[in-house]
Amino acid sequence: MTAATGIGARVLRTEDKRFLTGTGRYVDDLPLARATYAYFLRSPHAHAKIKKLDISAAAKMSGVVNIFTGKDLVDAKVGGLICGWVVKDKHGEPHKAPPHPVMAVDTVRYVGDTVAMVVANSYDEAKDAAEAIKVDYDVQPANIDLAKSFDKGAPQVHPEAPGNLIYDWEIGVKADVEAAFAKAAHVTKLDLINNRLIPNAMEPRAAAAEYDKGTGNYTLWSTSQNPHVLRLILSAFVLGIPEHKLRVVAPDVGGGFGSKIFCYADETMVCWAASRVGRPIKWTAERSESFQTDCHGRDHVTHAELALDKDGKFLALKVETIANMGAYLSTFSTAVPTYLYATLLAGQYTTPLIYANVKAALTHTAPVDAYRGAGRPEATFVVESIVSKAAAEMKIDPAELRRKNFIPSTAFPYQTPVALQYDSGNYPPIIDEAMKMADYKGFEARRAEAKSRGKLRGIGFSSYIEACGLAPSQVVGSLGAGVGQWESAQIKFNPTGNVQVMTGAHSHGQSHETTFAQIIHDKLGVPMDQIEIVHGDTATTPFGMGSYGSRSLAVGGSAIVKATEKIIAKGKKVAAHLMEAAVADVEFENGTFKVTGTDKNVPLAQVVFAAYVPHNYPLAEVEPGMDENAFYDPANFVYPAGTQICELEIDPDTGTTEIVNFTAIDDFGNIINPMIVEGQVHGGIVQGVGQALMEGAVYDKSTGQLISGSYMDYTMPRADNFPSFKLGYKVTPCPHNPLGVKGCGEAGAIASPAAVMNAVHNALAPVGVKHVEMPATPLNVWQSIKGAQRQAAE
Amino acid sequence: MYDFTYHRPKSVADAVKLLKDKPEARAMSGGMTLIPTLKQRLARPSDVVDLGAVKELSGIKIEGANVVIGGMTKHADVATSADVKAAIPALAHLAGHIGDPQVRNRGTIGGSVANNDPAADYPGAVVALNATVTTNSRKIPADEFFKGLFETALADGELITSISFPKAEKAAYMKFPNPASRYAMVGVFVAKTASGVRVAVTGAGGCVFRVKAMEDALAKNFSSAAIKDINIPADGLNSDIHGSAEYRAHLVGVMARRAVDAANK
Repeated sequence: MTAATGIGARVLRTEDKRFLTGTGRYVDDLPLARATYAYFLRSPHAHAKIKKLDISAAAKMSGVVNIFTGKDLVDAKVGGLICGWVVKDKHGEPHKAPPHPVMAVDTVRYVGDTVAMVVANSYDEAKDAAEAIKVDYDVQPANIDLAKSFDKGAPQVHPEAPGNLIYDWEIGVKADVEAAFAKAAHVTKLDLINNRLIPNAMEPRAAAAEYDKGTGNYTLWSTSQNPHVLRLILSAFVLGIPEHKLRVVAPDVGGGFGSKIFCYADETMVCWAASRVGRPIKWTAERSESFQTDCHGRDHVTHAELALDKDGKFLALKVETIANMGAYLSTFSTAVPTYLYATLLAGQYTTPLIYANVKAALTHTAPVDAYRGAGRPEATFVVESIVSKAAAEMKIDPAELRRKNFIPSTAFPYQTPVALQYDSGNYPPIIDEAMKMADYKGFEARRAEAKSRGKLRGIGFSSYIEACGLAPSQVVGSLGAGVGQWESAQIKFNPTGNVQVMTGAHSHGQSHETTFAQIIHDKLGVPMDQIEIVHGDTATTPFGMGSYGSRSLAVGGSAIVKATEKIIAKGKKVAAHLMEAAVADVEFENGTFKVTGTDKNVPLAQVVFAAYVPHNYPLAEVEPGMDENAFYDPANFVYPAGTQICELEIDPDTGTTEIVNFTAIDDFGNIINPMIVEGQVHGGIVQGVGQALMEGAVYDKSTGQLISGSYMDYTMPRADNFPSFKLGYKVTPCPHNPLGVKGCGEAGAIASPAAVMNAVHNALAPVGVKHVEMPATPLNVWQSIKGAQRQAAE
Repeated sequence: MYDFTYHRPKSVADAVKLLKDKPEARAMSGGMTLIPTLKQRLARPSDVVDLGAVKELSGIKIEGANVVIGGMTKHADVATSADVKAAIPALAHLAGHIGDPQVRNRGTIGGSVANNDPAADYPGAVVALNATVTTNSRKIPADEFFKGLFETALADGELITSISFPKAEKAAYMKFPNPASRYAMVGVFVAKTASGVRVAVTGAGGCVFRVKAMEDALAKNFSSAAIKDINIPADGLNSDIHGSAEYRAHLVGVMARRAVDAANK
């Protein structure tokens, strides 16, 4: 197709016009007549019994319409929030599933747990009334320290999960791995913490709902990444509103990063209460509420060991991880540290034996669930940290050790020892290109020059693999997923030839409106400005799974391609009739149907018109209209891979780290819009570097108060923390989807923490520092240097 | 925020009268601290007296050997003032690195100094340059102005009208920003003026303080080498998730040396 706007073109984003001119429509922008406003009273304690909850004074305050508490939900028989993935432990037993009431009934279990909902004529009145609610708490000891969650005497979060253990899960054969370790020439051991993160989407979570008494229909507007799934959960499990009576709309949404996948208490309450209040209800989280109540990410404590032979060939890997679930199991929480984590521990390597044991723990903290990368950044961090540590210990160049163990390009499809079968890849040219771009050869000279300025310069690699586009449905179903993992598309031509494409995926920053339109343009020849991508509304789009796990293009884009094939097939029949030719002789190219070997042709727009005004039309064989649906269930995950190289300088006087070079070479398969992909990679790298150097959720270990509860204390990465990134691509097309695409949304965040931390360790090795945990803040780095100096002095 | 009565007087006299008449009133300069505090419901003043329309409070003048900056002068104006840049470039530099562009175009020197946030930048300059704070009723020397955490010598209803900074022979400000908020975790202002050498530290403790040992050493030899062995005790310094007291004490030394080097450039 035309290079200007088809597949592979750097088309400017269609959605930018409204986003950059302030005309986007977010949930909070909704003008709803007679709206009321909700405010949620949150628990100020990490763990407490509610002895008394008195709303009487608050209920009498000015502007108050209604106040709901957990007891109202019990009386109304509202179900609890659900965890949608049943993970079976190492004995085959399903994980412990403590109840997750929408609002606390008699116990609060984290700072931010929902205690009451006040609905008033204005937000300020709701907030005033919430201050008048009297809650008598009996404060209990809280379990905050993840590593100590299973200790005897640790405060218990739920009686249904004795010892705070949700599951004790494993993958691989432990005895085989132990046998390999017994024969190893070298064993590298590593203890690490994958720090807890708070997502911080630019738009806080928000919900609004309206109930139509006449029809019994509910409409819920939510900042959701997957409105159909949210509707399904609310209908089938929580509120019991029949699906056809509940419309969920996720309009423009300002970032999600996973945190908006889940079904939350507040949006559930807004929907439920709309019919009780009889007026629309609006709610938008304050930033402090986002910090406290958005699902957090990561939070692992891990011990890993890698066995190598004398030449550096990996023999076996074993990993023990404790994963934090928080106080309740969020929607996909159980799957993240198991099927999205341990299955990635092979990385890009031929490690023949892998054993992983994961114990999921309850703590009195906010629920933890998927966050950009979800399990895969944690896995990559373990693998790429231990590989670099092994290289340093064995005095092998870190690139060389990686190369020695890469899965060869001839070995695909490659079955890993941890369930996944990689479909395609070619890793050596990626690292070669990255090293060239990063001028790896010149590094030692740059290190020496930095030293002359008093700076410690380091370089670090991260060669990541990720599995995205979670699939196929039957496989994920067998692993405990409660939903299918296909995607849908509908291509609906209008009689005048323009086209609306409905997708079950959802864009909250990913630029689907541009990328998907490029596919349509490429396949059907319709000009870009004649294409509208419609998403985010259960009333107008076919059922679909939404956007997460870098799946939208690989799965949703493939569904669109399937629908274009149906359009072309039908169009050929109509065109054959119009051109008085045999269908077999009709071909379609550049938006035009042609009779092979002749100059007879008819443009798609004319075929579409004929389909809607079927005066001269093969009605006996073909239905009128040009409107096709497709569902696509992938044959496998897709496996993006790449290598990042981070080069940085540390000021030993202050502990400050400055990234001076950052290179990323990725294999995302075929690329639809390189500009958009670069944007995704930039954002991903920044989030990963944020984790490595800046971000960290800190709870007070005894009180469970969220210390990093605002931007005064939670360090978000900023533009001036970064150099200009050097990016490049290598392409091995995905063999099993029609676009040959892989997925790029999470890669940056998956790979970069290890690249940065390997560089930090490389920089600090000369001063005797052995290990630095993330985030490597100035304080942390300075203390590490100081500690090494003290140790050397002893 | 809670409801309050809003006032916008046009003169210092009217503002002072309002503040004296209403014991629960709060004066608002740029509002860079007060407005977030109100929004978080952490303050509940009966009245807010917005000084934004008091024209006599803004402006920068050279008076003899002093730079006199009106209390309502915005950080951006100090940062870009040719007079300040010529007389005390370190002060312009400091102002140009407060907060972000939005803050610099709303926040004022008087508001910052009167608020005396332990992590604010200006108190370091006021003390190190031995400035004089002028209010509607008196003149207060720098050393007597800052009393403790968010505490100053200002009486109820007393407003800063201007601050007079003596020109410096040499001066520099080095800030180590808090990684999250970018407030000063440690800021050291070093100045050599007619009244001698001063080293003022902000961010590290509950209130701006001077480091006498460094001042004495620098008075003899104004070079970073002169203070390289002077360690600041960690006792009493701030400690939080971004910096232990020990780390802050260490940073005072590093920032002081860097400030001296910068002042010598």
